[in-house]
This record gives sequence, C-alpha cells and structure tokens, in this order.
Amino acid sequence: MSSDLDVFVGNTTLIDEEVYRLWLDGHSVAEAVARRLRGGLLEREATSVAVLQSDTRDHYRTFQMLERLLHAPPRLLQQLLFQIPPERQALLVQRYYAFDEALARELLGKKLSKGTKKELDEVSARTGVGIRSCRRQFDNFKRVFKAVEELRGPLAENIQQLFLLPPSLARDYAAIVFFANSRFETGKRRLQFLSFGDFAACAQSMMAHWSQGALAPEAAEPDGDLPKSFLQDLKELKVLVTDKDLLDQHKSLVCSALRGKISVYNELEANFKVIEPCRSDKWSPGDLRLFLQHYTAAPRNLPGFRHQALWERYMAAISACLLRMFHD
Amino acid sequence: MPGKLKVKIVAGRHLPVMDRASDLTDAFVEVKFGNTTFKTDVYPKSLNPQWNSEWFKFEVDDEELQDEPLQITVLDHDTYSANDAIGKVYIDIDPLLYSEAATVISGWFPIYDTIHGIRGEINVVVKVDLFNDLNRFRQSSCGVKFFCTTSIPKCYRAVVIHGFVEELVVNEDPEYQWIDRIRTPRASNEARQRLISLMSGELQRKIGLKVLEMRGNAVVGYLQCFDLEGESGLVVRAIGTACTLDKLSNTSAFLPACNSPSKEMKEIPFNEDPNPNTYSSGPSTPLKNQTYSFSPSKSYSRQSSSSDTDLSLTPKTAPSPQGPRIFLFPSSPTLSCDSPHLKKSCLLLSGSSIKPLHSSHVSPVVLRKSVSFTEELLLAASGMGSGSAGKEGGPFKTLLRQQTQSALEQREFPFFTLTTFPPGFLVHVGGVVSARSVKLLDRIHNPDEPETRDAWWAEIRQEIKSHAKALGCHAVVGYSESTSICEEVCILSASGTAAVLNPRFLQDGTMEGCLEQRLSWQPGFFSIGSEKGEVDFFPQSQDSSSLLGIEEASPPGCGFCHIPYDELNMPFPAHLTYCYNCRKQKVPDVLFTTIDLPVEAIVVGKGCLIQARLCRLKKKAQAEANATSISNLLPFMEYEVHTQLMNKLKLRGMNALFGLRIQITVGENMLMGLASATGVYLAALPTPGGIQIAGKTPNDGTYEQHISHMQKKINDTIAKNKELYEINPPELPEEIIGSPIPEPRQRSRLLRSQSESSDEVTELDLSHGKKDAFVLEIDDTDAMEDVHSLLTDVPPPSGFYSCNTEIMPGINNWTPEIQMFTAVRVSRLSNINPTNQTLNKNFNDLCENLLKSLYFKLRSMVPCCLCHVNFTVALPEDELVQIAVTAVAITYDKNQALQANKAPTEKSQQRASTDNEEQLQFPLELCSDPLSSQPFSPAKEVLEGASSHTGIPAAQRATSVDYSSFADRCNSWIELIKLKAQTIRRGSIKTTTSLEKASPLAEGYLRHRSVPSGTNSTVSVVKMTPLSFLPGAKITKYLGIINMFFIRETTSLREEGGVSGFLHAFIAEVFAMVRAHVAALGGNAVVSYIMKQCVFMENPNKNQAQCLINVSGDAVVFVRESELEVLPPQPAAAAQPTGAAGDVTT
Repeated sequence: MSSDLDVFVGNTTLIDEEVYRLWLDGHSVAEAVARRLRGGLLEREATSVAVLQSDTRDHYRTFQMLERLLHAPPRLLQQLLFQIPPERQALLVQRYYAFDEALARELLGKKLSKGTKKELDEVSARTGVGIRSCRRQFDNFKRVFKAVEELRGPLAENIQQLFLLPPSLARDYAAIVFFANSRFETGKRRLQFLSFGDFAACAQSMMAHWSQGALAPEAAEPDGDLPKSFLQDLKELKVLVTDKDLLDQHKSLVCSALRGKISVYNELEANFKVIEPCRSDKWSPGDLRLFLQHYTAAPRNLPGFRHQALWERYMAAISACLLRMFHD
Repeated sequence: MPGKLKVKIVAGRHLPVMDRASDLTDAFVEVKFGNTTFKTDVYPKSLNPQWNSEWFKFEVDDEELQDEPLQITVLDHDTYSANDAIGKVYIDIDPLLYSEAATVISGWFPIYDTIHGIRGEINVVVKVDLFNDLNRFRQSSCGVKFFCTTSIPKCYRAVVIHGFVEELVVNEDPEYQWIDRIRTPRASNEARQRLISLMSGELQRKIGLKVLEMRGNAVVGYLQCFDLEGESGLVVRAIGTACTLDKLSNTSAFLPACNSPSKEMKEIPFNEDPNPNTYSSGPSTPLKNQTYSFSPSKSYSRQSSSSDTDLSLTPKTAPSPQGPRIFLFPSSPTLSCDSPHLKKSCLLLSGSSIKPLHSSHVSPVVLRKSVSFTEELLLAASGMGSGSAGKEGGPFKTLLRQQTQSALEQREFPFFTLTTFPPGFLVHVGGVVSARSVKLLDRIHNPDEPETRDAWWAEIRQEIKSHAKALGCHAVVGYSESTSICEEVCILSASGTAAVLNPRFLQDGTMEGCLEQRLSWQPGFFSIGSEKGEVDFFPQSQDSSSLLGIEEASPPGCGFCHIPYDELNMPFPAHLTYCYNCRKQKVPDVLFTTIDLPVEAIVVGKGCLIQARLCRLKKKAQAEANATSISNLLPFMEYEVHTQLMNKLKLRGMNALFGLRIQITVGENMLMGLASATGVYLAALPTPGGIQIAGKTPNDGTYEQHISHMQKKINDTIAKNKELYEINPPELPEEIIGSPIPEPRQRSRLLRSQSESSDEVTELDLSHGKKDAFVLEIDDTDAMEDVHSLLTDVPPPSGFYSCNTEIMPGINNWTPEIQMFTAVRVSRLSNINPTNQTLNKNFNDLCENLLKSLYFKLRSMVPCCLCHVNFTVALPEDELVQIAVTAVAITYDKNQALQANKAPTEKSQQRASTDNEEQLQFPLELCSDPLSSQPFSPAKEVLEGASSHTGIPAAQRATSVDYSSFADRCNSWIELIKLKAQTIRRGSIKTTTSLEKASPLAEGYLRHRSVPSGTNSTVSVVKMTPLSFLPGAKITKYLGIINMFFIRETTSLREEGGVSGFLHAFIAEVFAMVRAHVAALGGNAVVSYIMKQCVFMENPNKNQAQCLINVSGDAVVFVRESELEVLPPQPAAAAQPTGAAGDVTT
C-alpha cells in the first residue's frame, strides 16, 4: 500500500532546523532521510523510516514554497500564507543567506555572471560544498548584488534593510558586492593565503575610507562603487613612487622615525609596499602598525607634496588592509 | 432599504506580474454586491497599487445582506484585449449584521484565484449601516447569532435552550450544467463557489427565521454541510440548537428594563413561556405535532418556513410585557391560530402530566423503501441495562421526569447538537442512538421544493427519536448528521446520545432573573397559547431549589451514568450494578456516548483515543441492487465496529466512550467504517473485566498453547495500559456494591435475517459472559486475525496522549502553546485480490501510520496531548482511500500533571463537590466574567469590578468564595507577585498593565486592531483550534461565524509538485484565508474550527487535479490570562478555564 498523497499542514508552520540545514546543503529527500537516520533519530523517537520520509518530504515542500519568499525577505514578513513566529522567520532568512566562506572566497572579485555560474561545478569540487548549495549561494550573491547595485547610501545598511540580515552577515555581503563590483583580482597565487574574512575586512575599510559615502553621507554614488574622482586623484599619488627623489626622501623619513623602535629594522628598507617580506621576516603586528603610521605621516614633511589629505585617506584603508592581511 | 453596505478599496500588494513586457501590472478592482458593481480607477504599472478609493455604497435590504457575499475582483487592465482577472476575494458580511459582533471588516485579504491560488493581497474596509427597522424583519433574520461551538459560548449564558433547528436548500450543481462544457474551469469554479456561498447565506437566514419563531436569539452547535450529489444536484443542509443567550458582560443592559414588569408577571402564571412546544399534548401525538405549522422544529422545512411567517400576525412591536400577556393566556379566544390540535393539546395538558412513564407512544411511521435500512445495533449495545427510575426519587421525581418528558415530546425532534452542557443540564445518559438509511439519488427536479431530501432526513430523525424513547430517554444530545455519497447511492446517517434532561433550561429558567430578561427583551412576536412549562402545573416547583433538590439528590459526579429507564421493563438484556460512586442507583457496565465528558464526571486516570477500523468488500453494482447490497452490509459493519470498540476499550481497562463518531463511507467496491471515541474510566461504572479467549478445539495441544500465549499477551497489554493511563480505581468490597443482576449472558452472533427486516430494536447481548471477563471465541482464522489486530494498536509514544473530545480527562494544566493542523493522506490499496482481511490490515496500518507520523511531527511539543482528533475517510476512486485528520496539539505542564496524578480520585471528587455548590447558586456563572482575569490588580478591585460588570451583586458573589482555603489563596497571591516580577523581567508586562486600564474586551480589541491596520506592519497571529476554548486565555468576544468554501484546480499538477505539492499549498492557502478574515474582523483566533469537507480528485494522465475544501469556525477575540495558569493546580482549570481564574483573584 503506497501513499500517493501525504501532506501535513500546521496553522503555525513547522520548521525543523535539522531538515532545513539538509535542504540548504542541497541534499535530496532520500539523502536527507539517510542522514537523519544516521543521526539516530529512529531509535530516539521510536518511529519508522516511512514516517521519516513523509516528514522530510513535508518539510522540503514547505521550504520550496518558502524559497520564493526568502528571495525577498520583507515579503516573508508580510505574507499571509505561512504563519511563522518572528524568531523563526529570522532564523530562516539568516540560514538561507549564510554562506560557505570557502565558496565566497572562490567567487570574490569574479563577475557574478552566467559564465561564473557554469564554473560552479569546479568550485564545488574544490570547496567540498554541494553543487546545489553552491548554486543557491551564488544566486544569493547575485540577488543581493542586483538589489543594491543602484542604491545610494551605505552598502551594508542597504543590504540589511532589503534582506533583513543580521549586521555582520550584511557586512559580509557588502564586501562580496564591493569586490564583485570593483573586480579586485583576489585569485592571484600570492593572495591565496588570505581568507574571505581578510578580504571582507579589507573591503570594509576601503569602503569606510574611500567611498563617497564616507565623505558625504548623502552622496549620490553607491558605496560599492569607488568614486571616480577618488580614483582619478589617486593618480596624483603615484608621484610618491614614480618620483625617485620623493620616494627616497619618504623612505628615509620613515626610517629615521622608526630607528630603534622596530626590532627588525634591518629589513625595513626592503619592505615597502609588500606584505610577504614582512611575514617572512617575522614582523610583529605592532611593528607593522608603527611602520604604517609613520609611513602615512611622513609625506607631510616632504617638500612639494600637496596631496597629504588624499594620501592619508588612501593609507587609512591600505593600513587597515595590510594589518589584516598580516597574519599567520 | 434597511441597510447600507459601504466598501473602500485601499491598496494592493505583491500582485503578480501580468504584463510580461514591463514586468508590471495595471490593476483595478471591481466591487460587486448583488447586481450592483463599482470599479476603482486603474492604478498603472505597479505591483503594489494604492487605490485609496472612495466609499462604494450599496443600498440593499437585509435579506440580500444575509444571503449575498461581497465579491471583490482584482483585474489587470488591458487596452487592446479583455481585462485579465488576477483573483477574487469573497467577504461574508454576516458578522456585521448583529451588534455584538464585529463593527468593521478591515484588513489585508489574500487575492484568490481557483487556478493559480493566492496572488497577492488587497486591503479592504467594509462597513454596514443597518436601519433598525425591526418590524420589517420578515424574510431576514438579522441579529440571530450563529456559533459552531457545541457548547454555550464562553462569554454568554443560556437563558433557554429551545432545541433543534434544521433546514436544507438544494440547487443544480454548476459543474453539471450544460454551460459548463463551454466555459473555462475558472468560470465554472467561481460559479460554484459563489453558488455555495449564496446557498449558505440563504440557509443561515432561514434557520435564523426559525430561531426567531422559537423566540431564541442564537444558534449554537451550528453545523452546515454540503452534499455534492453530482448530476442530481447540490444540497446544502444545516442543523443547530436554538438558544436564548445572554451576554454576560452586558447583562446590565437588560436587567434594569425588566425589573419592574417581572413582578407583575409572576402573578400571572400563564405568561411565563411563550414557547409552543412546552405544553404537552400528550406523548401519544407526536405525529400530529407535525401538522401544526408553527411547531418550532420542522422537518418539512420549506413549507413550514413560509407558513410560519404568515402566522406571525401579531405585530412585532418593541418589547412589552403587555403583548405577551394577552396572547399567552391559554383559553384566550383571541388566539390567532385555528388549529384544533392546539385546543386538544390544551385540554390534554393536565392529563398527560400524570400519566405513567412510557405510558404510550405511537411508534413512528417509518417510510421504508426497499433500500432503506435502519441500523440499531448501537442502540442495543450501548444502552444496556434499564432504569430504576422512580425508585429512589419517589413519585416526586417521576413526576418531574414526566413533565420534562412530555414537554420534550411536544417537540417534533427533541434533539440538541450540543456536546457540552451547563452543569445540571444532563440528568441521565442512556446510550448512543444511531440510524442509517441508504438512498438512491434522483435528480432534484424543482429546487424550490426539496421535499424528498427533507423527507429522508425526517424519516431518520424519527427513528432516532424512537430509539431514544426505547432507552427511556426523551431527548437526544450530541446529535449530528452526515452523508456519504458514491455515484447515485447515498448513505444518510444520524447519531446522538439518548438522554434525560433537566427541564429548567429548556423552558423558563427557574431563576427569576432569566425569565424576566427573556420576556423583557424578546420582540413581541406571535404567541399562540399558554405554553406553560411544567412549572405552572406544579406550583411547588416554582421554587427552583425544590425542583433542583430532586435531581441533585443523586451526586452530580455520577448521576448522568445512572440508567434512565425502567429496570423491570428493559428493552434488551443488560448487565446492571449499583453505581460505584453513590451506590444508590443502577448503572450499566459500559457507557457509550457522542457527547463530551461532562465536567462533573468523576474519572479515574487519563483517557485515550480509541478507534475501530473496518473494510468490507462489496460487488460493483448498479442502482437498486447496489443500494440493497450496501443495506445488507451495514448491520455487519456496525456490529463489527462495535465489537472492536468494546474489545479495545476493555484492552485499555476502561469502561466508557465519549465523543463516539462512527463514519461509514461508501465506495465503488467497498465500504469503510471508522469509529473514533475517547475511552475513559468512569468511577461510577464497574471495573471492566478482562478479555478471555476461548479456543474451539480444546484437545489440540499446540493450539491450546497458542491460545494461552495470546491470552497472556492480552493480559499483559491490559496491565500495561492500566499503568499507562493511570487507571487504579479504589478497591471496593464486593458486598457494598451489590451483586450484579442476573442476565442472560450468551453473546450471540448477529443473524442476518434478524437485522435486515426488523424494525424493532435488534436485541443483542453484548455484555460479558462472566462477571469479570469478556469472552472472545476463536472459532476460525478470521477471529484469530481479529484478536491479532486488537494487539496491533500501538500506544502513543511517551509524553503523548490523544483524545477526540474537547477535554482530556486527567490533564488539567495546559500551557498556551497550541498547534492546529490538518493532515491528508491518499493511499492505494494495491492488492490484486483483496480480501476483507488484507483490506482491514491495510486500512489499520494507514491509520496507525498516520497517527505515528503526527506524533513524530509534533515531538517538540512533548509533553502534549492531541485533542479533538477528527478523522474523515473518503473513497474517491477504486482502491483509493483518503484520510483527513484535523486536530490540535496542546502542550501541558508535566510537573503539575504528576502532582495532580498523585491523588486523582480525591481530586476529582473534590472537583465534583465544588462544581455542585456553584451549580446550585449560579448555574452559569462559570462562563467567564472578563475582569476576573486581571491577575495583578488588588483583589478587592477585581471583586467589585467583576460584580459590577456582570450585574451580580458583590455580596452575592462573595458567597461562592471558599473561605476555608483562604490561606491557600494568600499563598497564591504571593506566587502571583513573584510571577509579576518575573514577567517584568521578561518584558511582557505590557499587555497586563494595559489590561488594568481598559476593560479587557476593549483592550483586546484595540490591541488587535492596531496591528493589521498598519499597512507595512508584520502579520498578526491568528490561532486556530477545533476546541471551543483556548488554554490560558479568555474569550472576550465572538465576532461571527466563519464558513468558507474554496475550489482549487490545476492543469499543471507536476509543475506544482504533484498531488502532495498541490494539496499542501491549497490547505495552507485555506488556513491563510481563514486567518485573514478573522484578523479583518478584529479577531485573533478561530475556535471550534472544523474542516467539513475535503474532496480531492486527480487525473494524473491529464496532469490535472481539483480539490474542494469547506471549513468553518467561530471568529473570536481572546485575551491571555497571562501567567495565571502556572499557579498551584486548579482542578477545574482544564474543564472550565474561565471559571478557575475568577477564584484565584478573589
């Protein structure tokens, strides 16, 4: 005797966290049942496999119906179809938008396009995240990206409002959007050691210091885009590198300021601008911070350097990024 | 034009994209009522249109207001082609038609399309201005309140319970009209939805008219069903109990007005009750009754409703004591009726009341067709034993009985759809009475004369009535009717519990207050005779206490178990003992009923859900042959269902069933029987014996061994169950109880010839063979299978209990956490050569697995109880079985449960005694006075507040306070303060503080209103429950009945997730629409929710499916009793959640 039709509908929608996780991870009903069985549920609840299958199917159907609403979380709050207590709604959204950092790291800085989506198979293989879950997460990134692309104001706050995410998760999404927008190449071999968290922190400092919103909150440009004027201005700073004279002066200024304060002074000269040497020379984070402080401050004393404000704005983010990147 | 309906369309949201090019929609709205239609402007290019329309006004008469639904259609404007419909909202405006319910309907409604489901939401405001032109109420019955709840609603009290009302209307089913061939499925579905909505409105209005004729103001236990008879039409029928209700918190409105006239009235004995059915024309004229056109409960409804209206010649003036007095006088020549019967009955009055019990009754004429079959096994089985009436109570009691009896016999059908009663209402319970009849459907030729259907039901009701009489009972309570249709065969079923009732609620209240109120505010209406209740013939019984005194002589905790009929004149052999509680009266060994467990009942241990399940194959046949074969199968099915119930009951060590509901479903090639009930151990009834199995071939050694093995298993199961359900009744010495009355004890197999052709009560002895054992003979393999199947019922996992009644005996500390759910399963019985045995097993497994699945799903709620578990079986196709279950899971507090269990008997005894006291003084006071729920205000204030609110003087109220437990109260007061502190910490004090300021009713209302009105706020929570109450909450207002019918169809079944995906979404949508309507009425819960119908059809080959769902319930406003419930155990808390709270605060 087989059950053709088998449904259970509660006035308050039942959400099983374990099954939700299995669904989010992209398992099929059969896989989910197998996993639940391995969890010892059968013995604990003295029930049968058939009951477990029926229960899993019910939950999966509910999640499938909810998914449409999860794509626009404010609708989940307004909809009348499912009666779900607020804390459960929050949990649904949070879990749905949570992502695997390994996957996010892989996709960071890539264009969120169909092409990239096609490469998800490889990404899935590399990261060990199920392909269905990969696709869902990719779609989440893309959906958030599309939604805030054109919006003004602080990126993280926009995301928080549109997707009702907790602040930290919203900040992570802001970072993803930032990288996707500015296409930083994060896939370079030298940057491999950096985690998603590192990049997210970098993105946050860059947005905090460089974006238009940082200067004028009511700015017209979205935070995700670095203002063109700023990028234009940065060219002016090239003088610090291109002008041999200025570079040397800058270097000596920094060196003299730091003399005796940094334990690894010997290698200092070689260390301008790069992280790897610092790491290989076993700098302490304190040392780096000190170095960066002086490095930032030094040009003030350079004759003929007119862009100190700009420089400091640039360096504030760079310093934060370098400090973040500088970890074991 | 007695009414103006005003509608405003505010906004829409989340509309579907109708224009693929722009990904937007140009929406506008059509508002239709009757034949008038208004339109809003087109709101271009938006999925969230803000129409903010003007008020659309419909001037309509109240008949139309009652019948018609408001129809709101959302469309997408298209310049070049026809406008596309997005979806519709039907709003039943009935709740706005009586003053105590909702005043405005306002909120977001899901926009529903029968093909696409919910497509966005629309914000609508609806108001009605009624011109109170009372004289004009001829065809309408505005103002009559309807309740699905099968008890007196919590914030009302019953002044009079008038009795049975019924009505049916028929129409052609649009699905089967020729036009259906050319219209779209959507148009067809909408035509059907609209028609049923219209018919429901009409039905309700007609029932309302009958209620007004009976001088009632409400229908309680209203149950409306529809029969899809296919080609032969669509029948919508309803039954209910007419009552005169009085709102507890509003009594002040009535009281002052009637104080002075009341004194006057008392002097005139004959004007007390203008109710025609209370005066007796002698029990021997039940058929003649039908001939009076103004007899209140009629079966030939169509005729009667029209003639009734004609009869109301007396102007319906404003309430005046003068009017009734004139017309009520019995011998008055001004009687506006010409019926000779009336006169006759007047003359008969005195005679009939001194006639001996069971003097004479004409056995009702049963209109038998060859295919009609009456099943009376249950009657025989459950009504075992006969009464010792009059033995203890003396002639006085007999007299009282007769009065009640004769009064009730006056009514054509002394039926009550109620399942829970005010304390003292139920005097004795006889047993279950049921009747079934197999009919062949024929086309209803003239929808305006639905006489055949009326006659069918009248016939069945007559049978029920005569069964009740055979049990020495004059009334049937817990009455319900149902049908099962397959092709052109229809089984009509009715069942109820034969009972003896206390007359005081049926006619004039013995309490003066009630009487006065009634007379003072009832519209004059027409009056046709003296209609004196027995009160007048027996002046001494004017005194309520003396009248009560008789009945209260037997303890209320067991009184209802005492057999109602004459011991010496028993209709069938039975096994009687003296009551184990009072030891004065006789009780049967087993009691089956269709009602809820009476509050005052003394129960040992806990109850449990007991089901009997059965399949019977039948040959496919046509018309008459088919009907005959079904008729022939029915008695065997009833017999087997009964045997199963009995065995399972004994297996659990219990002795009574409550809430028994037997459903027989007919399919193409089989019949299915499913009986559900809640088993309990009643302290008044004897301890059930075990089950003994006896083999046929005693010389076979291995066989003997096998038998003894089985016997051991059965004994173990009984022992285990007794432990599980905590059944440990106090041991009583045998001699006190008295020896059982010797009876014939052979358990006879039912003979076919006996049952088939006999109109008489089938005499079956289902009592045990020996004093303490029920012998099961194993004479063939079938019997062996039966015994095996008995043992396959798995008890629920630990932490779970289940019942199909409102109250779970033995659990009384519910937490507010509830989860109502509906589960539906359709299974294929895929045997190639099915036999009854394999089918039985399949069906049994299906039910058991479903229950198991429910327990698993709800495991996070443990410890919890599934209450009101309601199974419905359908056979949609060959080999397909559909089971739908609706129930509510309620969590309870385990620690207190354990405490309470330590002395269950003691506790229940205690409960009974307190109930008794209260019952004597204020019979219905328990039914909630809202202010007593204030947990944190000073006690004195509460007392005063409560008394001023309910109109009961404080001093009088104080008498019900038990001073002996004052110390306990102090303790609980301290507990309260502690709790308050905790609450503040948790930050939920907000609601309770506001409670102190505003009246809880207004507060609850306001608090609720504020939520849905905000356009962008989150959705307010609406609780749903099949029970009539919400644990830990007090219902402060009934907003009206919810009765909704939806059709959903799909032509892309696979894409919607197959049958399960389709139905899952549809049920969720139905819930959502119910919640939205309740929220728009300003409510926050639906009580007495029931899914009356779920018809699912699929055609997987065409990728199509269709489903019809009909649900109903009462929309209410409730207010949390905050943390009151966690106070020291309140024995009566579960039974009477509202009553318990009052005690704590005083």
